Amino acid sequence: MKIVVCIKQVPDTEAEIKWDIPKGTLKRDAMEATITNPFDEFAIEEALLTRENYDGDIIAISMGPEKANDVLRNALALTVNEVHRLTDDAFAGSDTYATAYVLASAIKKIGDVDVVFCGKQSTDGNTGVVGAMLASILGFSQLTYVSKIRSIDAGAKKIVVERAIEGGVEVVEAKLPAVVSVIKGINEPRLPNLMGIRKASKIAIPEWNAGDLGVDTGKVGSAGASTKVVEIAVPPPRGAGEILKGELEDIANTLTDKLIDLKVIK
Amino acid sequence: MANDVWVYIEHKEGAVTPMSFELLGIGKTLAADLGSNVCAFVIGDGIDGIAKEAIAYGASKVFAVEGATYKTFLPDAYSKAASFLLDKYKPEVALFRATSQGTDIAAATAGQLGFGLCTDSIGIKVEGGQVKLTRAAFGGNYTVTVVNEKAKPQITTVRPKSFAMPEKNDANQGEVVKEAFTVADADLHSKVLEFVKAATTVNLVEADIIVSGGRGVGKPEGFELLKQLADVLGGAVGASRAAVDSGWIPYEHQVGQTGKTVKPKIYIACGISGAIQHLAGMRTSDCIVAINKDPDAPIFKAATFGIVGDYTQVVPKLIEKFKSKLNK
Repeated sequence: MKIVVCIKQVPDTEAEIKWDIPKGTLKRDAMEATITNPFDEFAIEEALLTRENYDGDIIAISMGPEKANDVLRNALALTVNEVHRLTDDAFAGSDTYATAYVLASAIKKIGDVDVVFCGKQSTDGNTGVVGAMLASILGFSQLTYVSKIRSIDAGAKKIVVERAIEGGVEVVEAKLPAVVSVIKGINEPRLPNLMGIRKASKIAIPEWNAGDLGVDTGKVGSAGASTKVVEIAVPPPRGAGEILKGELEDIANTLTDKLIDLKVIK
Repeated sequence: MANDVWVYIEHKEGAVTPMSFELLGIGKTLAADLGSNVCAFVIGDGIDGIAKEAIAYGASKVFAVEGATYKTFLPDAYSKAASFLLDKYKPEVALFRATSQGTDIAAATAGQLGFGLCTDSIGIKVEGGQVKLTRAAFGGNYTVTVVNEKAKPQITTVRPKSFAMPEKNDANQGEVVKEAFTVADADLHSKVLEFVKAATTVNLVEADIIVSGGRGVGKPEGFELLKQLADVLGGAVGASRAAVDSGWIPYEHQVGQTGKTVKPKIYIACGISGAIQHLAGMRTSDCIVAINKDPDAPIFKAATFGIVGDYTQVVPKLIEKFKSKLNK
């Protein structure tokens, strides 16, 4: 089985965000503390489990500047078989569609892929749509919010998954190839061991640029993006809250009155 | 027609709730600013009842694709039908709810049409004839305003409960336009084998009231107390990552950066310190109540009302007061 996992380098949640204000994009290379997108850790683990259960090779891809090598090295340390960084000056400023289009081009180049794993969303952009767009561009089955993989049959080109959606779990059978975006809790991501880390540190990360991928540069980057950020603002702080003081009896009386006054409680 | 505002009406095998129609409210405001009409579009098997309701909620027209293929939501079939309608009529904007179904179909449709999309908008306005969409980024520490100049329609998903519900008037009149569009069974990628309803329905995204617990709850049994308060208020139970990772409550209850983003009218945070990852998921709630032993907990900075105290004492007292005041 040929398994692709798409991963992203994101700023550490506590890190200071550095914006390129005129472009409305992030200065990813200028930010020190970066991590593998937390949701992608579940995607990598699911790829590893799939390889353990069904055999095959895992190819991890990441689109981004040189810093993205860190997350690909981490994937190598976790024993994925092959990695590629998708990078080109033309890619900078790509929106959701352009990102999905570049990833789709890499998946086509890899060829004969059975399953693509990605995390439900990134913790920086938070769009949560690249997986679904990827499926739509590639014409693969679109399986989102996946909380469990029940079975994969590469021979019969069939996959059965559970999707955690509003109000319950939907069991879906789909054709392969498929893009599977996974949620937290589908597994317990393992940590790389020391030998894996040491081995990965010595491997040169191969790069694919727009030309290698056959990407139409008019459709990517700031030039190709249809969505553009025109304003970045810090939301106004919530009004200073009121700390209720006094005896518990009185506080509880005041609070319940105030909440009932909102006319929300039926 | 060319600058109309279209609203996708989601349903589950034909079943709708009033929330299915919520975006017709903001849709109508936008259409007024654009000098156009708000229209609904729906894909399904037998949609006449839904179309009638959409008109009652303010749609001037309803566009529909019908057929047995569309009985159950399938992202590929639905997005192909949606792409067909949107490409044919080219409205200015297409609004989808940021639910699992809304996000699935919006993303796949944008992918097929070849446009980017803005997701989880919390603000939408028309400025100089241009539609501007505002969304939260980096856990709500920033808001970014996005335009989608090249796309027609501009597709966006909208965070549920961000805008007021439209008024319903059963006397409203409107036209229903049915378009024929079929997807061959052989071209379908997936089928739903079954839907297993959750034992306790956790629909945090739709809940008006959420009672949430964090590390300070201290034990799984603590959530039973929070559930009692939620039950009295007709609300749902949420949790912080710390509580979920401790195994006190399942992941589907998690609110925050790696959980759900919610916008209830009342959010009661018990024993939650207020880490930015948690605030990311709930800071746009209308009213936030914080109950925490630590007077310096960051949650108090985000709270509308704060009580410094032990939730095991405060919550039972609140339950008692609510029960007597609400005659429950």
